[in-house]
Amino acid sequence: MCGTCGCGQADEIKIFKPGEEEHTHTYVHSHDHKHGIETHGHEHDHQYAHLHKTDGHKHTHKHESEHDPHDHDHQHLHGHVHKNDEGIDVENGHGHHHDHQDHDHHHDHDHDHSHGRQVVIEQDALQQNKLRAERNRGYFEAKKLLALNLVSSPGSGKTSLLEKTIKALKEKTNIFVIEGDQQTMNDASRIDAAGAPVVQINTGNGCHLDAEMVNKALKKLDIKGEGILMIENVGNLVCPSLFDLGEAQRVVVISVTEGDDKPLKYPTMFETSDICIINKTDLLPYVDFDVERSKEYALRVNPSLKFFELSVKTGEGMKPWLDFLVEELKKV
Amino acid sequence: MHEFSIAVNMVDIALEYAEKSNAARVNEIELEIGELSGVVDDAMEFAMEAAIKGTLLENAKVKIVKIPGLANCRSCGNEFKIENFFDPCAKCGAYNPDIISGKELRVKSLNID
Repeated sequence: MCGTCGCGQADEIKIFKPGEEEHTHTYVHSHDHKHGIETHGHEHDHQYAHLHKTDGHKHTHKHESEHDPHDHDHQHLHGHVHKNDEGIDVENGHGHHHDHQDHDHHHDHDHDHSHGRQVVIEQDALQQNKLRAERNRGYFEAKKLLALNLVSSPGSGKTSLLEKTIKALKEKTNIFVIEGDQQTMNDASRIDAAGAPVVQINTGNGCHLDAEMVNKALKKLDIKGEGILMIENVGNLVCPSLFDLGEAQRVVVISVTEGDDKPLKYPTMFETSDICIINKTDLLPYVDFDVERSKEYALRVNPSLKFFELSVKTGEGMKPWLDFLVEELKKV
Repeated sequence: MHEFSIAVNMVDIALEYAEKSNAARVNEIELEIGELSGVVDDAMEFAMEAAIKGTLLENAKVKIVKIPGLANCRSCGNEFKIENFFDPCAKCGAYNPDIISGKELRVKSLNID
């Protein structure tokens, strides 16, 4: 089962650089073929050896034989397993004939109650992710990278914010980007056009990035030099909140076209973030979004949250954000 | 949706311990889920049902123990029960909680044969 969404398929995480073929599979997953179930075992007797090739989801069978067509000899062995009264498997059922005469049964019951053994575990479900996140964090520190994890609902302007930030800061520092989306290279292409090295993670059905995906993307990104690493998470205000990627700071972006009660509706995301960007402020005259109320709600959930109000489109309010990045970079 | 990846992680942890203990089967898995953990109960139960299929835990009873939220008020030091991240301190009314429990997502124990 897929670990990110629980669908019937194996994980299908793909990682690309711009210009790479979209159908290159970074992770080819194999399928186990199970022939037969417990009671009816099928035995296939193939006369010719054949090769199973897994290609995406299609299975092609290559038969190494000069004879074509050829016959498969399928031998189906139907073994019926019957359980007798003592619960012992008996092969090939046979008739039991019991003559019961009237007689008294005297049963001595010796009950052996087995309550099993107790194994104490006390382990955090996300421990594995936390360990991998710490590994990423160590890498960022060693490479002198300021790593930020950008989270938001879809459409709040994360990618546009990155484009503008890259263009504004590329003379001052390196900016590297890891893009997370369920599908498409669209965001990575935009970042590439803005002039930053980028790797796209397609999570398939997955609703968030995790530390391992970032680790694999980092290998592909092959960062040279110091600078800022922007990790744009999958647009989703719920799931990414639980997955530490190893970032130095988490940035939640909301836009004024959303409800100003977002921080109360999705508190976990605001509770785990360090910075809150309120985007699209140029639209404030046309919407009912109350900036002060939204900030008050966010501060209830997380009293140490730091805010930036800006419009990526007009550039208004971008300067404090850019200055902040430059200052934070000095601390790394 | 993240309940599935959490469930898969939990089953992986359980399997590791079950195999180490030479379990023939797992009768029960006990989980601790904090009320502030951001996990939906129904989704978690559904996800666990799916995640244990075809494993040693196949027929295990999934027992979920909820851990209530507790916070220390950073403003006045009062310890209080917290149901939401945005609950004010029960004593001074400040929105300044330091969460001390309720975020758990843990595999507590197994019962095995």
